[in-house]
Amino acid sequence: MSPVSGRRRLGRALQPLIGVALLIGLWSFAHATRLVDPVLLPSPLEAWSAFWSGLTTGNLWVDFRVTIIRTAASFAIAMVLAVPIGIVLGSSEKIYRSIEFTIDFFRSTPASAMFPLFLVMFGVGERTKIAVAAFGAALAILFNVAYGVMNARKQRQLAAKVMGASPLRVLADVTIWESLPQTFVGMRTGVSIALVIVIVAEMFIGSTDGLGQRIMNAQMIFDMPQMYAAIFAAGALGYALNLLFILAERRFVHWGGK
Amino acid sequence: MARLKLLPGGATAPDAPGTVTAEAEKDRFRAFPKGTHITVRGLTKRFEGSTLYDGFDLDIPKGKIVSVFGPNGCGKSTLINMISGILPYDAGEILFDGKDVRETRIGYVFQNYREAVFPWLKAIDNIRYPLKFLKLSRAEADARVDALLASFDVKIDLARYPYQLSGGQQQLVSIMRALVVEPEVLFLDEPFSALDYEMTLFLRDRLQKVLVERKVTTLLVSHDLDEAVELADEVLLLTKKPTRVAARIAYDAPRPRTADTTLTEDFIRVKSESLEIFLREVRK
Ligand SMILES: Nc1ncnc2c1ncn2[C@@H]1O[C@H](COP(=O)(O)OP(=O)(O)OP(=O)(O)O)[C@@H](O)[C@H]1O
Ligand SMILES: [Mg+2]
Repeated sequence: MSPVSGRRRLGRALQPLIGVALLIGLWSFAHATRLVDPVLLPSPLEAWSAFWSGLTTGNLWVDFRVTIIRTAASFAIAMVLAVPIGIVLGSSEKIYRSIEFTIDFFRSTPASAMFPLFLVMFGVGERTKIAVAAFGAALAILFNVAYGVMNARKQRQLAAKVMGASPLRVLADVTIWESLPQTFVGMRTGVSIALVIVIVAEMFIGSTDGLGQRIMNAQMIFDMPQMYAAIFAAGALGYALNLLFILAERRFVHWGGK
Repeated sequence: MARLKLLPGGATAPDAPGTVTAEAEKDRFRAFPKGTHITVRGLTKRFEGSTLYDGFDLDIPKGKIVSVFGPNGCGKSTLINMISGILPYDAGEILFDGKDVRETRIGYVFQNYREAVFPWLKAIDNIRYPLKFLKLSRAEADARVDALLASFDVKIDLARYPYQLSGGQQQLVSIMRALVVEPEVLFLDEPFSALDYEMTLFLRDRLQKVLVERKVTTLLVSHDLDEAVELADEVLLLTKKPTRVAARIAYDAPRPRTADTTLTEDFIRVKSESLEIFLREVRK
């Protein structure tokens, strides 16, 4: 590696940090010049130390973990339900056409509007939060899986068929593989929907733990560093989940875009 | 010279299939030359009102290479897709030694290899893939793959994924995948038209060698008349829509045929005869 290209690569790696530096600079400036009431906007350092001590000595980690578990549980339930149904829907044009509108309608309905209904069905507790989040995620996954299966290129399916593959084999050996990129789109969307709904549920439906509840509590007692710390934790979680799925996609759909 | 005449009246098969009522119809279904592998009778195909094939009859000899040549859009791909069972047809009957296509081992090589190989499988697993539909032991399967690789004298790293190979190498993988099942019939739809010339010559050469070795009944669609004639035992010329057989020209130069073959008098005669018929059809 020549020194020039090495330097360029280092420069490229550091580029994303510019935005971060800019944000922190702006924040520090607003804090130092009291542009915003310091009670509402603590310094970046205060927020960071609240985050760090919350993780290391405090109980931020406990809420962090609860939220991760709820999101993961909702996502897992959504996958188990949505992937098989999506495959069935996608492989039959007739079934798909007949329920496309219904799915599309529910997909367009904000999942948070379903809270009261799910509360009646599952009561105030863990199950409602997970059920609504799973519902929202499942619709996104379902739609994408069905779409991926339906729009799989035909030639490889024909190739398998002419080699003697039964329709079921064509589905398993070709169509599902062809739909994987679209399935990953659905999974990424689904997991971020699940996270959003879990956080909202933790805020508003009688929670005693989780990041959402922590943000609400901190706000109510005006512990702003604590609130920023929890918001940052939620953001980091969302980002990490997205990154995880991108890496997983690169690993499992290694042929994508080639 | 002409080894194969069009439906000679005398040749009748003892157990001709089909349950057609009229006697004359029956005869048409029964009559095909000795050594015929594929019989196409009364094949009809329509696309949105326009008729492409109407009562089309064809006999393909066993163990021979037939090149299909004809005007653009005359239905060459449609024909081999119907015969290979990829495309449904509106009427008619296609039999392989009296059997249905589903009872026949078939190999098919697409023009667009990029969308024919499975990019999620390594090259070697692509080649092995169709073997899982045959009931072979692991050892038998391996032996077949090894024999095939030896015939083609493959020098590529088959542990790679298709997208890590060149276009020609991908098409080679796709050809081997079609041949590994030891097909009774092989279909190739313009298999070399997306490849550079050097690769085309190389693949043609290898393919010819293996097909002659194994005596596979082969239908090759080609838009390159030199290629069509060089590889063929017989050139099948088609008309414009509605498509019929314009002519069948036999070519029995010894194999292996090489670039030198294309300089012989016989080759040039067959090629110019084909070209003449082709041009006559195009101008109609
Ligand atoms: N799915 C389809 N719907 C409507 N028309 C079709 C369809 N497939 C083929 N055709 C028509 O049938 C005719 C024959 O098509 P086909 O692809 O078999 O021709 P071809 O001889 O292989 O042409 P080419 O030389 O371009 O490969 C064309 O005129 C085409 O427009
Ligand atoms: Mg074609």
